[in-house]
Amino acid sequence: MALIIEVNHLSKKFNDIYAVNDLSFTVNQGDIYGFLGQNGAGKSTTIRMLLTLIQPTSGEINLFEKKLSTHRSQILQQIGAVIEKPDLYKYLSAYDNLSIFAKMSGIKVSKQLLMDQLQMVGLKERAKDYVRTFSQGMKQRLGIAVALVHNPALIILDEPTNGLDPQGIADMRNLILRLSREMGKTVLISSHILSEIELIANRMIIIHKGKKIVEGNVAELLDPAHTFIEIDTLNNTHSKQLLLQSKWAVFLQQHSGMQLMMNKTEVPLLINYLVAMGVQILSVNSSHSLENYFLSLTMQSRHVEAFAN
Amino acid sequence: MIKTLRIIQVLFALLTGFVCKAQDVNTLIAKVKFNIDKVNDYQAIARMITNVSFLKVPDADVTVYFKKPDKLKIKNEKGISFVPKGAVSINLNNILSGNKYTAIDAGTDKIGNTVVRVIKLLPEDDNADVVLSTIYIDETALVIRRAKTTTRANGSYQLEMNYGKYAAYGLPDKIIFSFDTKDYKLPKGITFDFDDGTQNNKTTEDKAKNKTGKAEITFSSYLINKGVSEDVFK
Amino acid sequence: MLKLLQIELFKISKRPRTYIAFIAVAAIVSIFQFAFKVDGQSYMDLMLQNVKDTFTFDRVQAINGYFMCYIILNTLLIQVPILIALIAADSISGEANMGTLRLLISKPVSRTQIILVKFAAATVFTIFLLLWMAITALFVSLFIFGIGDMLIFRTKGDESQILLITRDDIMWRYYAAFAYATVALTVIAALSLLLSIFAENSIGPIIATVCIVIVCTIISNINVPIIDKNIKPFLFTSYLVGWKGFFYIGTDIDGKTIKGSLENWPAIRNSLFILIAHIFLLVTAAVMVFKKKDILS
Repeated sequence: MALIIEVNHLSKKFNDIYAVNDLSFTVNQGDIYGFLGQNGAGKSTTIRMLLTLIQPTSGEINLFEKKLSTHRSQILQQIGAVIEKPDLYKYLSAYDNLSIFAKMSGIKVSKQLLMDQLQMVGLKERAKDYVRTFSQGMKQRLGIAVALVHNPALIILDEPTNGLDPQGIADMRNLILRLSREMGKTVLISSHILSEIELIANRMIIIHKGKKIVEGNVAELLDPAHTFIEIDTLNNTHSKQLLLQSKWAVFLQQHSGMQLMMNKTEVPLLINYLVAMGVQILSVNSSHSLENYFLSLTMQSRHVEAFAN
Repeated sequence: MIKTLRIIQVLFALLTGFVCKAQDVNTLIAKVKFNIDKVNDYQAIARMITNVSFLKVPDADVTVYFKKPDKLKIKNEKGISFVPKGAVSINLNNILSGNKYTAIDAGTDKIGNTVVRVIKLLPEDDNADVVLSTIYIDETALVIRRAKTTTRANGSYQLEMNYGKYAAYGLPDKIIFSFDTKDYKLPKGITFDFDDGTQNNKTTEDKAKNKTGKAEITFSSYLINKGVSEDVFK
Repeated sequence: MLKLLQIELFKISKRPRTYIAFIAVAAIVSIFQFAFKVDGQSYMDLMLQNVKDTFTFDRVQAINGYFMCYIILNTLLIQVPILIALIAADSISGEANMGTLRLLISKPVSRTQIILVKFAAATVFTIFLLLWMAITALFVSLFIFGIGDMLIFRTKGDESQILLITRDDIMWRYYAAFAYATVALTVIAALSLLLSIFAENSIGPIIATVCIVIVCTIISNINVPIIDKNIKPFLFTSYLVGWKGFFYIGTDIDGKTIKGSLENWPAIRNSLFILIAHIFLLVTAAVMVFKKKDILS
């Protein structure tokens, strides 16, 4: 299966703060890839780096198996994106907006193509109306039309359901599923709501404070049987080395220990393995599911916000 | 030999001067005026070259209109021309009009190779603008070759005249009119000028030298006594 | 590139603010024309107040279309930078403010291209604005006031001059002057464009551009030798009024004007070079800054 996105050790520093810190992940062809994290987790910064809006401080991005830094133009032709709000030229009509961005994407533009596109998002009747008269939902749909007009292979949607009513959210979800299933598009969708990703994505990543927490198949990660484990040992560095050689993946190492995700039934096996390798275990906590963990992150950041306020 | 000739020459000059003096300068003026009076009006085509330090203008083709007794107008039909106000005095009638002056003989002088009689005219009216006129008359041709006028309000000016085929009418072919000009000063802050860096290359000496303006009028043809409409003087 | 420029011009043409500049020019010009039609003689009298005693000249002819255009340009070309800034300073900041910059950058178009196209569009706008000025200030004035010889009132160093250019020697000077003004105002456009990269709404760069122009113009007009020699040559505003150089007709030693000549063509040419160098540097700086910029809007 072709790798559509391959991000290796990507970092972005603003002043002295890492917005994205040593982030690596891959998106395969046909994936609906959920990009999950709190506001300020580094989702937007990552997406902006994928779209060349922001230059990485370090690390490498490959898209369609080509280096983004050297094949920018070629790669961007195959990407359609809605970044944050679907902002468009308010003083132009829906048709003109679509036409401009289609031309900029380097495709041959016909009236038929543009009208078909507008029809797809249900804006055919409003083609000649100024965007400034549009509701948030209509702008979102027009933004989608702009993202899709040049028939890209990869679609990047940054918080596409923001500001939409429940019906709009449902419509968006259906559209994304259709793009993936019927048209074989690869979709990267960011959100701060786990349930939203859970409903449509097949793979996902959770990032927090610019770092990867976990990446994997949604079904597996959200399996209630899976548990979130924190292990602290006498020598965490050595332990991590050992774990990396095992079948269990460590996705986060902190000074207090390591965090792993696994099926509950595997916890004794893990402990046995470490003991057999001579590791002296200080503590093992197997407290909650990923969902709970993500929720705790949310709570944490809210607490911080509450304190800050 | 040469010395003797010189002495004779000087004696001759003195003698003629004496004779003329005896003839009375008023008679001489009357003779000159007789020629001038033959012209009731004229319309002349001329070229005017203005030389004033602050004026940068091209040569202008002008038409000069005159009508007795004292109407004179210099017109540039095709464009704008700066005409010195005193230039109306190129109409010699203005200088010699009436008999309201006292003519005083001031001897002879030379303009080029021509011996001329110098006559000072003092207006009888103490309030007249003209304080003093000095005219230089070519006694053979009976024309005024030079005229210097000092006025109360308009400074002094000088006329230098060369004659040709219209000499019989007392009309010159060429007039060089010299006059006093003030420095031109634009009201401050009106223009934002392009400073091309060439500004301060004039010395103060240059500036002082250029206080006199000149207008050189060369006539190519006159239409004499064919009638001139009053409208042109409006 | 051409396609991108078309898109950019299309966007500019659809914006209401584009037409503010054209309306402003038309308004200022017609106010001038009205005022001079009604009472131009007062202005003439003011300019000629201390030659009135020595000279007479045909006054009606002096206020003609050519003269009017010069008077209007003299005033207008000081204000036009604001109008240019209105569009050029909005180039990047406006897109950032609207949120469209994200989309623009994520298209397969290089940032260098974006800046160059924005600059080209601002230049086209400048050209159109000057064409509009030529139509309103020159051709409409010629229609209203007629043609005639042209008087130029000028301060050169510490002396004042009156130049007279004959009517058959004027038109080419206007074409050259408008061409020069285009280059001069393109410097403003380039400056605005550079400033617009740093901001996320257009007000800041517009004000910054105008402030820079005003401050530099004031310094350019301080007639103190130390400034004249050490600072003036380095201010682009010293060269903005260089278009007037085309109306400083050359003279011979007697002060007689020479038809078709310029008093100091090398000075005009040097000014042009300096302005073009400014454009080149400003646009290069804009490209470099923009290439490095993280789009966070």
